[in-house]
Amino acid sequence: MDFDLMMTSFPKLLGATVVTLKLLSASLFFGLFLGLFFAILRLNKNIFISKFAYGYSYIFRGTPLLVQIFIIYFGLGQIEYLRTTFLWVILKEPYWCAIIAFTLNTGAYTSEILRSAFQTIKPGIIEAGKSLGISNKIIFYKIQIPIAIRQSLPAYGNEIILMMKGTSLASTVTLMDLTGVAKYIISTTFKPIEVFIVAGGIYLFMTFIIHNAIKYLEKKYSFQQ
Amino acid sequence: MELLAFGKTGWGDELFYATLMTIAVSITAMLVGFFFALIFTPLKLSKYKTLNLVGNFYTTVIRGVPELLVIYLFFFGGSGAIMYVASIFGYYEYIEINAFVTGSMAIGIISGAYSTEVFRGAIQSIDKGQFEAAKVLGINKFGQFYKIILPQMLRLAIPNLSNVWQITLKDTSLISVTGLVEIMRQSYIAAGSTRDPLFFYSFAAVLYLLLTYVSMKLINKLEVKYSRGY
Repeated sequence: MDFDLMMTSFPKLLGATVVTLKLLSASLFFGLFLGLFFAILRLNKNIFISKFAYGYSYIFRGTPLLVQIFIIYFGLGQIEYLRTTFLWVILKEPYWCAIIAFTLNTGAYTSEILRSAFQTIKPGIIEAGKSLGISNKIIFYKIQIPIAIRQSLPAYGNEIILMMKGTSLASTVTLMDLTGVAKYIISTTFKPIEVFIVAGGIYLFMTFIIHNAIKYLEKKYSFQQ
Repeated sequence: MELLAFGKTGWGDELFYATLMTIAVSITAMLVGFFFALIFTPLKLSKYKTLNLVGNFYTTVIRGVPELLVIYLFFFGGSGAIMYVASIFGYYEYIEINAFVTGSMAIGIISGAYSTEVFRGAIQSIDKGQFEAAKVLGINKFGQFYKIILPQMLRLAIPNLSNVWQITLKDTSLISVTGLVEIMRQSYIAAGSTRDPLFFYSFAAVLYLLLTYVSMKLINKLEVKYSRGY
């Protein structure tokens, strides 16, 4: 065991954790909106719209995240037309490509989580709202969405942890996130176990925090108080 | 289409063999995972706190750390660890492990953590009366597990194991970083040499979709088979 290496690599890895957290929070933020949007499309009565939303989630859940990142980072740059639009400013940056890929990926999973949450809301609750003369729009925003969010908290907590692990793939498109820096240190020092313990410890610590935060929220917003 | 031609002109046969490699790695990893699950599930369900701790440590660490980091640990640390063990027995030559073994071990250990959780959940949801009845009939512990608990557990475990299979299948794409020529690595090579990444990575995505789709269909059949009588 090389404790010196562990001590010296810790601050470097901690600095890289900031990149990981930035990637995670940005993709979760955009992914939540995307997921909600596609969950609503899934529940649409029009079969084409709901099939479209299903196709989106099927494709992004059925392929590895690595393929998705590579298509966006290496693949889209190949289209000549894209290079002339303002989109190129975003797509030439690996940072934004990673965020786009993560957002699309987590959006697909989130849409499934939210859809099943919407479907488990008892019809009686919506009927009660209707009979009180509340408009459909307000029923949706004030009744259905809060209940769905509460219902989906445990599953969404798992999704956050999966996404946190997913951000490690950013290191494959040259980003120096926690895993990227860990790999760099391993490949220069050839001490994989020491670096794994430190980097893995940081990841585990984040998992621990997320897990407990979700548990706290579940308790806070539980129906039986 | 000519990019996908078989033979020397296209990448069709290369991608075909790469797909077979992905399937081979996934199945090996899944089996390695079952092996680990068979060790760690009893530990997690044990009466003894220390054994519980060992089981929980395994599933928590593996499920809380990115797959890529585990793969790097095996890739960079694998041959070192083997050489260390070999040096105890007096063998000091350089040993290189091939990418297939490293990859399926790494993915297998990850898959095993998920399988362990699935088995634990399935065993815990079996009615206690079944254990008691088996005990009363004087069946020994081994027979209890293999003849009574396992068949019932499989029915409950299959839907969740199919999720584990999907995760494992998709995780094999990460082994491409170690240089094993599976779908992802082959697409990377093809994309590099033809300068057509969009086509090859999209094609890789289609291959993965096909694999997940076909395996889902097969698993559904298995599910029907094990749910006979329910």
